[in-house]
Amino acid sequence: MDGDQGQRRTRVVLGEVAARRRPTDRSHADLAEQTPVGEALVKGLVRAQLALALRLALVVVTGLGALPLLFAAAPGLGTVKVLGVNLPWLLLGVLSFPFLVGVGWAYVRWAERNEQDFMALIRKPDQ
Amino acid sequence: MNPYLIPGLIVVILVTVGIGVYGLRFARTTSDFLVASRSVSPSWNAAAISGEYLSAASFLGVAGLILRYGVDVLWYPVGFAAGYLALLLFVAAPLRRSGAFTLPDFCEVRLRSRLLRRLATVFVVFIGCLYLVPQLQGAGLTFTTVTGGSYVWGALLVGVVVTANVALGGMRAITFVQAFQYWLKLTALAVPVIFLILQWQSDGRPPITPPAGATFPVATSVVVSEDAVIDGQAVHKGDELHFDAGAAVPAVSTVDATFGPDWLLPGGGDNTLFATYSLILATFLGTMGLPHVLVRFYTNPDGASARRTTLVVLALVGLFYLLPTLYGVLGRVYTPQLLMTGRTDAVVLTLPEAALGGGHLGRLLGALVTAGALAAFLSTSSGLLTSVAGVVFTDVLRAGRTGSVRDFRVATLLAAIVPVVLSLYVSNMDVSRVVGLAFAVAASSFCPLLVLGIWWRGLTDLGAAAGIVVGGGAAVAAVLITVLGPPLSGWPAQLIGQPAAWTVPLAFLVMIIGSLVTSRRVPADVGATMLRLHAPESLRI
Repeated sequence: MDGDQGQRRTRVVLGEVAARRRPTDRSHADLAEQTPVGEALVKGLVRAQLALALRLALVVVTGLGALPLLFAAAPGLGTVKVLGVNLPWLLLGVLSFPFLVGVGWAYVRWAERNEQDFMALIRKPDQ
Repeated sequence: MNPYLIPGLIVVILVTVGIGVYGLRFARTTSDFLVASRSVSPSWNAAAISGEYLSAASFLGVAGLILRYGVDVLWYPVGFAAGYLALLLFVAAPLRRSGAFTLPDFCEVRLRSRLLRRLATVFVVFIGCLYLVPQLQGAGLTFTTVTGGSYVWGALLVGVVVTANVALGGMRAITFVQAFQYWLKLTALAVPVIFLILQWQSDGRPPITPPAGATFPVATSVVVSEDAVIDGQAVHKGDELHFDAGAAVPAVSTVDATFGPDWLLPGGGDNTLFATYSLILATFLGTMGLPHVLVRFYTNPDGASARRTTLVVLALVGLFYLLPTLYGVLGRVYTPQLLMTGRTDAVVLTLPEAALGGGHLGRLLGALVTAGALAAFLSTSSGLLTSVAGVVFTDVLRAGRTGSVRDFRVATLLAAIVPVVLSLYVSNMDVSRVVGLAFAVAASSFCPLLVLGIWWRGLTDLGAAAGIVVGGGAAVAAVLITVLGPPLSGWPAQLIGQPAAWTVPLAFLVMIIGSLVTSRRVPADVGATMLRLHAPESLRI
């Protein structure tokens, strides 16, 4: 991916566009040069994304991971019938899949929002 | 033999080759293929990933396990799907942004260590081989079930065909081919199941679990496959037993299966809480460490689309896994003799004809299911063999850029020999069990490496290597004891048979402590690497 660095293209931009872009360059430079500010920006993003991933993993662990314990603790649940199907079959065989997809969907939404916030932070001229 | 079978299989192969040739017009070289797939939408890409992922274990094995053990083994399909959620939450976007094509590549990008790269290579080869075994097992089993020929010949035949295909470049991992295989597999299970349920309705909804235990729906004769004890009487290999319609299905001493109401309820039999949680841990965390899964992520254009692709994969895989359960449940009604022979993995293949009779409909659907099974082990084993051979080619033979096509063929041959031999050895193990072991090794070696490497700055090469050697090594030892060693009982059997619950935490722990002890070896450019892994591509500086 970085193999073409040797022949990097020169970008030609209109003067006024270049002038408008200038404030962003400081944050860009902060990131590129690993200054304390840039480092803090990246750490903030990584922390936000990790917190999001861990929170949703916790949702799955409590939602699905607690089921074996629950069935062991309350064996009566195994004989409860919903729509003619025993509850464990319904929960594991059918409902677990939409549940997983729902958690995944929420993650993709929020992770993209985190990234947009990060970009906005970089783009915003910091006073 | 089913007259629709040969035409059906030929159609699958012709369509596969046809789509492959059509796809080749867009992609002439391997790198062309990678670039070409950037114009492919996430949904096509996701269908391709699912097509490669849904193996013989998913297509045949899950239904077989459900037929045999009941509700407890539903954790297999749930875990196989949830693995993609773990991949999505912790790995997908950063891994794509790292630009790594394989796991050894990731080691080098993140930790700049040749040693770790070599270690990762060893584990990729081991996991790849271990995962190939159940594919060949499934092939052998399908061959036996469909033609009546011997298991060994079926496994060998498919092993040779897949090896030749990969070595000659006939079965390149082309996105469209793999995507077609996904839809074929879904259709091959979804269409017959509609007819099966209608048949079950018109038969007056025979109970899945009659109070007196499973019974034969029609008069059946069963050939005993090994010496055993049935109802206190010894039977010998080759004996033919006859049962009338409505007779109870007896338990056979050599076949481990759940009878009676236990089948319907969680926690019955020898499935302890420990084994269940171990299985959950292995499947949830193992998917991200499978070599053929990671390679495919490189075909996404950027991190954000890698995430969307993973989400679609999760949905497609989840949709597929709704179906094997129905086969396992209906198999309880229509093919209870499999509980006596132990060939429960064949339930998907035998159910259409058993339930719908030997008429045209039953045979047509039987051929469709067999075609789906063929697609299942062809696509997964080709993808696996390609990725293992690729790693052997670059990291073991050190062929690099100067390597010739001949070297790649040698690599393919080397990568194929071990799993083919192993598959002859483990013919009587459940297909999904063997797959579960491969997941356990992946979860105790590559999962900690990826998760800590992506989210923790403090990881060092020595710490990572120590974690992989200790955690992954323990899992490998457990697998070798399970496959080659004597049968165990009691607690050792639990700890060795489902090792993930202790090997995964062990790997994480050793990796963290090892990194803290050697904290001076943290790469100097870790800040830049973190930026590259986590910042959106539009920020690339």
